[in-house]
Amino acid sequence: MIKIISKISLFLIILLQSSLAFAQAKPVLNPGDASWMLTSTALVLLMTIPGLALFYGGLVGKKNIVSTISQSFMITCVVTLVWFICGYSLTFGEGNLFIGDFSKTFLKGVEVAGLTLTIPETVFVCYQLTFAIITVALICGSIVERINFGALFIFVILWSILVYAPVGHMVWGGGYLSKMGVLDFAGGTVVHINSGIAGLVAALVIGKRKSKARPHNVALTMIGASMLWVGWFGFNAGSAVAANGSAGMAMLVTQIAAASAGIAWMLAEWFSGEKKPSLLGLCSGAVAGLVAITPAAGFVNPMGAFFIGLISGVLCFLACTKLKSALGYDDALDVFGIHAFGGAVGAVLTGVFATKAIGGVEGGFDQVKLQLLGVGVTVLYTTVVTFIILKVVNLITPLRASDAQERDGLDLSQHGEQIS
Amino acid sequence: MKLITAIIKPEQADNVKKALNKIGVVGLTMTDVKGYGRQKGHTEFYRGSEYEVAFLPKAKLEIAVSNKKYKNALETILKTAKTGKIGDGKIFVTNLTQVIRVRTGEKGDKAI
Repeated sequence: MIKIISKISLFLIILLQSSLAFAQAKPVLNPGDASWMLTSTALVLLMTIPGLALFYGGLVGKKNIVSTISQSFMITCVVTLVWFICGYSLTFGEGNLFIGDFSKTFLKGVEVAGLTLTIPETVFVCYQLTFAIITVALICGSIVERINFGALFIFVILWSILVYAPVGHMVWGGGYLSKMGVLDFAGGTVVHINSGIAGLVAALVIGKRKSKARPHNVALTMIGASMLWVGWFGFNAGSAVAANGSAGMAMLVTQIAAASAGIAWMLAEWFSGEKKPSLLGLCSGAVAGLVAITPAAGFVNPMGAFFIGLISGVLCFLACTKLKSALGYDDALDVFGIHAFGGAVGAVLTGVFATKAIGGVEGGFDQVKLQLLGVGVTVLYTTVVTFIILKVVNLITPLRASDAQERDGLDLSQHGEQIS
Repeated sequence: MKLITAIIKPEQADNVKKALNKIGVVGLTMTDVKGYGRQKGHTEFYRGSEYEVAFLPKAKLEIAVSNKKYKNALETILKTAKTGKIGDGKIFVTNLTQVIRVRTGEKGDKAI
């Protein structure tokens, strides 16, 4: 029975892809879809600047906030240029199973009249760009307060070409993982597992901070988390690439998962450790829930979202508080604990809670196996290539700020600026 | 003349100022300071990580008073700064050899 279902789901996916190819062959612009995607693009950009910048900025010590928020802003600029030069082409160009091609370098052939599905290709280019931006920006959370800005600059260029483009192509560009039937609605693997693993590898290669400062302003973190939450509607509901029922359901399940994960983390914290419900716990939980619902958003119903939120909230809490201290890595702002861990939990639970009525795929053991394949391939590829990139960058310029710079704070020592 | 240096809880500073005004002590200087005494610091938790906060915020009030008003001022500060809980702070009293009002050049009690 399960075999038949998985065959049907595979058939449906192939059907979906061929209908996608069909739509590309005979495209018609839908103004409703186009306007929602224009809106979504703005929402997802808002997630990085200033959303993620503030989320991270509030969590570092006072002498490193300029450095931390400037990383997000720099990455927004750099990844945009990379996307323009070759990133878009390498991700969404036809290419092979693993990477796109150079047919659209410098956005050649992206014209006013061109369409992707039912929206202008220009909008699609921008929308997908905002995903590439936030993925790279997320990585920084693990290496703040000690990364050398120049090294990060080079790392960002290489990583967005050598890691983001192939993984994005494999999942969304018609590559290997999408052909296998791995479900990733809005980027659980491409964005969250990808950045979380890269963050962990970078934290391990660069090493621990000399001293850990207390988060200097959790109010900024709450503002940032709220912008992430709001922006996530563009992220998940926008991933339907249409203004339709699927987008509406994606928005609804996103809200439910974020809320239940926020409460789950808060309660887990309240009844263990410090015995206090912290603002940071609420915010961290909500973000964990948003991460976990990302791959599932177009495939699960509200009940599924509720459980995905609860489970991811508790598991990410344990990953950030217990696993991290047990293993001793210095993932400063918990990119691994929230994004990689939450992303993997979400990917697997997508396989469990997917229902046919929502996204055409029924969850089950076979789908869970496929989901694990998606997680495994991403983890393996990202780990190896991120490691190599870091070693190469280190040959050009040190990955790590000097001890004196770290002690004085990267704001003054690397940027010559500080907040009063 | 005496210089009263009172290091107290920041929340009590307004009460102290109002009460001193009522008894005719009209000038004081307040500085935000950090320190610790018997209260020590405290511990904060962020995502399960423990952070020792060694220095706690206090308000430092510096008040110059004439010998006549000194006793009354001291009692007023003691009464209004006190919450009865640990961390209420300390008062230091030193002899003041001279006070000069910059604008007029007046000296001593007249300058206070």
